[in-house]
Amino acid sequence: MSPAIRSPRDFWAGLLYSGVGATAIFIASDYSWGRGGRMGPGYFPTVLGALLLLVGIAALVRSFLVRGEPIGPIAWKGALLVTGATVLFGALLRPAGLVPAVVVLILVSASASVKFRFDWRAIALMIGLVVFCALVFVKGLGLPVPLLGPWFGA
Amino acid sequence: MELLSHLALGFSTAFSALNLFYCLLGVFLGTAIGVLPGLGPVATIAMLLPVTFGLEPVSALIMLAGIFYGAQYGGSTTAILVNLPGESSSVVTALDGYQMARNGRAGVALATAAIGSFFAGTVCTFLIALAAPPLSEVALKFGPADYFSLMVLGLVASIVLASGSLLHAIGMILFGLLLGIIGTDVNSGVARFSFGLPELSDGINFVVVAMGVFGLGEIIANLQSESTRSLVATKIEGLMPSREDFRRMVAPVLRGTALGSFLGILPGGGAMLSSFAAYSLEKKVSRHSAEFGKGAIEGVAAPEAANNAGAQASFIPMLTLGIPSNPVMALMIGALILHGIQPGPGVMEEQPALFWGLVVSMWIGNLFLLVLNLPLIGLWVRMISVPYHLLFPAILVFCGIGVFSLMNTPFDVYLMALFGVLGYAFRKLGCEPAPMMLGFILGPMMEEYLRRALLITKGDATVFITRPISATLLAVSAVALVIVLLPALKEKREEVFKD
Repeated sequence: MSPAIRSPRDFWAGLLYSGVGATAIFIASDYSWGRGGRMGPGYFPTVLGALLLLVGIAALVRSFLVRGEPIGPIAWKGALLVTGATVLFGALLRPAGLVPAVVVLILVSASASVKFRFDWRAIALMIGLVVFCALVFVKGLGLPVPLLGPWFGA
Repeated sequence: MELLSHLALGFSTAFSALNLFYCLLGVFLGTAIGVLPGLGPVATIAMLLPVTFGLEPVSALIMLAGIFYGAQYGGSTTAILVNLPGESSSVVTALDGYQMARNGRAGVALATAAIGSFFAGTVCTFLIALAAPPLSEVALKFGPADYFSLMVLGLVASIVLASGSLLHAIGMILFGLLLGIIGTDVNSGVARFSFGLPELSDGINFVVVAMGVFGLGEIIANLQSESTRSLVATKIEGLMPSREDFRRMVAPVLRGTALGSFLGILPGGGAMLSSFAAYSLEKKVSRHSAEFGKGAIEGVAAPEAANNAGAQASFIPMLTLGIPSNPVMALMIGALILHGIQPGPGVMEEQPALFWGLVVSMWIGNLFLLVLNLPLIGLWVRMISVPYHLLFPAILVFCGIGVFSLMNTPFDVYLMALFGVLGYAFRKLGCEPAPMMLGFILGPMMEEYLRRALLITKGDATVFITRPISATLLAVSAVALVIVLLPALKEKREEVFKD
């Protein structure tokens, strides 16, 4: 981080705001602005995008002037495992079925925790959760997902 | 008496065996999930929302209200027993509640919280019943321009009352408004910001955003600072406050209720602000102010009464104007829309049974809280003692299945993962996600009212300052913004949030 940046939080947030604002203006330039009393689909998003861009620039400017808190360590591993597990769950739900999807979600996400041990408690909890989901969501509430999907010959 | 006949209608709706059951179930589930550390009311409601999809609108709403109170109270339980407030509104409860628990008075602290909440809830039920009809009448006079200005005021208020940086609050609101616009524009049929993805042409479901930002984002943040939680008391005894305790809690509960009811009605207000304000007020006026922070019963009674009053009073603008004053109400509005009800002044006229049934079931929900939670405290303690590393995979499973069940598409699950990363990033950057949720819900409504207002006047924007209602609302917004930007008051505001 460059020493000129006094508030890294403001800096990155400012970058996020202005990036989103500029993108919104750019994409909305394809939509009609409308005329007279008839507001087109491009009008509102462009105004919002411009305001967000201004806020972002203000945050960027402030990040060089006012000292702020540091961002602190980032939990890359946790973020990656938790979101990765969630994405895997979504991808597995239909082809592999609810049971394998839930098992994968639990095992992958649990590895994000330094405290998690694959002991009898964890196994019991996992089995309990799988049974609960199968009974409540698939059998009870009629979620249209197979327990074991096409991958398992069902 | 119109009030009595309204309440009678409400009682007859709420007292059907089925609705009582859903209210009880909601309170129970809400508390069970709400006591889990790191899960506030927004995440709890978002997680449990899909369970209500199959129900009648009345039952679904009654159950959701029950979930909300349960989650609120569950958060206080955790704050008192482990000093880990599950949500911002129980932060101040933890200050004295946890100290009371350490002094061996956990039971009394929990009972005080329950009694204070119940009293505040009862008062607020009557307040809603009294205030809603006249407010709805006023709201029926509102034109599109007035609605637009009202939403501006709501957003400005949430900026003023946000606890963090003003600039970030504005940024997050705009970000939320833009997110809300994603999807097909109803008037032109243009799919906006859909990035060529057909799944985005219907827009993003607010449950996906709420679960991602408040559920997943929170989990990632919690995993980073995994700490051992120590329960102060595994066995809770002596629930009954003494005569002296009762004597000391009366005035704080009354003051907390009054403050909470007032602050809850304000847009942007609600439970958190109410509890903070009540605590600092009590600290100033109390004769026992030296005991604050060391286990003063006033420090539990006042904020607990205030946060419940604030939580409940925030139903008033939601039900009468269709304007959410905080993220929880934004979720409630989303839930109503999912059930085919457009929140606003019309609801009371068109669906009186639903409206008054909900009002009465709020009170019943509070009663259930009192009679259910104290006897079941042993169960809640056991729920809190489940270690986080065993808990969070289960939370993820429920979030995943819940989001999938919205449209039965894995796309929403992927989107939730994306919002999880965003939610974590917001936390790291000190950006509050609550204003974003408000903007997200209000975005499409604001655009629609703006469009209608301009259509009526053929593009003349002066309508916003020539209509008296709209002009007043905008003037109040402007004054609020100016005041909060003045350096002297800025310090004062920071002081309030520091307490």
